[in-house]
Amino acid sequence: MSKSPAQRRYVRRVLIAMLGYMATLFLAEYLIDQHGLTGPLAWLVALLPGLCVASVFWAIGRLLIEETDEYLRTLLVRQMLVATGLTMVVATIYGFLENYRLVGHIDAFYLTILFFAGLGVGAAVNKLTIGDSSC
Amino acid sequence: MENRLKVLRAMRDWSQSDLAEKIEVSRQSVNAIETGRYDPSLPLAFRIAEVFDLPIEEIFVSPTRRSSKAI
Repeated sequence: MSKSPAQRRYVRRVLIAMLGYMATLFLAEYLIDQHGLTGPLAWLVALLPGLCVASVFWAIGRLLIEETDEYLRTLLVRQMLVATGLTMVVATIYGFLENYRLVGHIDAFYLTILFFAGLGVGAAVNKLTIGDSSC
Repeated sequence: MENRLKVLRAMRDWSQSDLAEKIEVSRQSVNAIETGRYDPSLPLAFRIAEVFDLPIEEIFVSPTRRSSKAI
């Protein structure tokens, strides 16, 4: 199945974001963890990997705006609803379990990973219910 | 929504890709509309009607009219 121009731009943006993420993550590990960087510069370096991953959400938003095919847009919205629902349900339930010290603490950025996994679940739901999935 | 897209395409010897190109959507979209898995928006339904040079109601079957006939 060929990708629409908007989907191709989305893939390119995500690839760039992931390359930026890997580069800035290594930089943060090197400067903060290994060389004990502190102060405002440590804040800046620590923010960079998160901003790179957050730019994927921007890329998803751009895909929604730039995709001219309304059916593909519908598939993407459904996919995102599944991902958002899954993430919020897990975050809420886990938050209470953690609050009552029944489970250990998990870093908040794992929710982002869960959201991306949720997009995969959303694509599967689209495939099962409509018979198609977007990207 | 039930429709006559497949028949109308066949009458003109158009493939799904041909129609997709004419109405500027993906072949995936044409397939979803044709098989009733997706109801197009009004602007897209008008675009389809214009390509076939037919009124919308001669392409898409009104769900309410269909159900009232069934009663």
